[in-house]
Amino acid sequence: MARVVVDVMLKPEILDPQGQAVANALPRLGVTDVSSVRIGRRIEIEFDGEPDLDRAREIADKLLANPVIEDFTVRVESAAGVA
Amino acid sequence: MRIGVVTFPGSLDDGDAARAARIAGAEAVRLWHGDPDLHGVDAVVLPGGFSYGDYLRCGAIARFAPVMESIIDAARGGLPVLGICNGFQVLCEAHLLPGALTRNQHLHFRNRDQWLKVEATNTAWTNGFTGGQEILIPVKNGEGCFVADPATLDKLEAEGRVIARYINGNPNGSQRDIAGITNEAGNVVGIMPHPEHAVEALTGPSLDGLGFFTSVLRALAGSSAGGPQGGQQ
Repeated sequence: MARVVVDVMLKPEILDPQGQAVANALPRLGVTDVSSVRIGRRIEIEFDGEPDLDRAREIADKLLANPVIEDFTVRVESAAGVA
Repeated sequence: MRIGVVTFPGSLDDGDAARAARIAGAEAVRLWHGDPDLHGVDAVVLPGGFSYGDYLRCGAIARFAPVMESIIDAARGGLPVLGICNGFQVLCEAHLLPGALTRNQHLHFRNRDQWLKVEATNTAWTNGFTGGQEILIPVKNGEGCFVADPATLDKLEAEGRVIARYINGNPNGSQRDIAGITNEAGNVVGIMPHPEHAVEALTGPSLDGLGFFTSVLRALAGSSAGGPQGGQQ
């Protein structure tokens, strides 16, 4: 069974205050060599039959991502590659 | 005049919006998210709250509710629609308004009385104000930061489609201090602060919010055939 993975990220020009908050917390862990953190969302879709990238792209464009502020990528991930 | 107020699962301010419509002199009609029938209303308010839990993104799932399909069609045909807070987010997700509302820049939920300067007064929902009028209404949001690309912001400003800006402090980092905008036709308005919470001295910081609701009644009276204002009931 293969699944489609959709990664949604804020566009580069959109401020990511969550990512900034995480970046600002890193020095507390002793991490001082990170210049930027940006947070996105990973969505896994399983179709009844074969994974359908075109349908997944349509779902992502209409619902999973807001094209005004976000970019997305879709890819098929085989179950064999995952533990 | 009949003003419909939509209730989504997770709506919070539908009761107050219906009350504000009544105080303004309208008949408030409750609309249910799962029912595509608009029951002949003359205008629609999408209220504040957390529709469908705001899962995924604020307003993203509400935009596909059966009632929204009808509202999107009707709005394109000229039906006055006001989106408040979560309702503004729904209107942006439905692409009835440009831009998007994102997490407050400082990451804090902001809940306070907020001064606004009204700009565009040629819309269905703001015609009762005067340009430059300063009003005080509550703001309460966690994801109220209005963003759009620079070309869209320039266009909104050039076309006079900013209906209100934050003054005396921007509560959420909205670009160019934008608190509310309208579509090209002026029938669809989205605003982040809550006019429906400023309609009575007992519960609000002012009565300034009432102007949005009386404005739409005036717009509807003006557009209906013949009858003077108030002659439709």
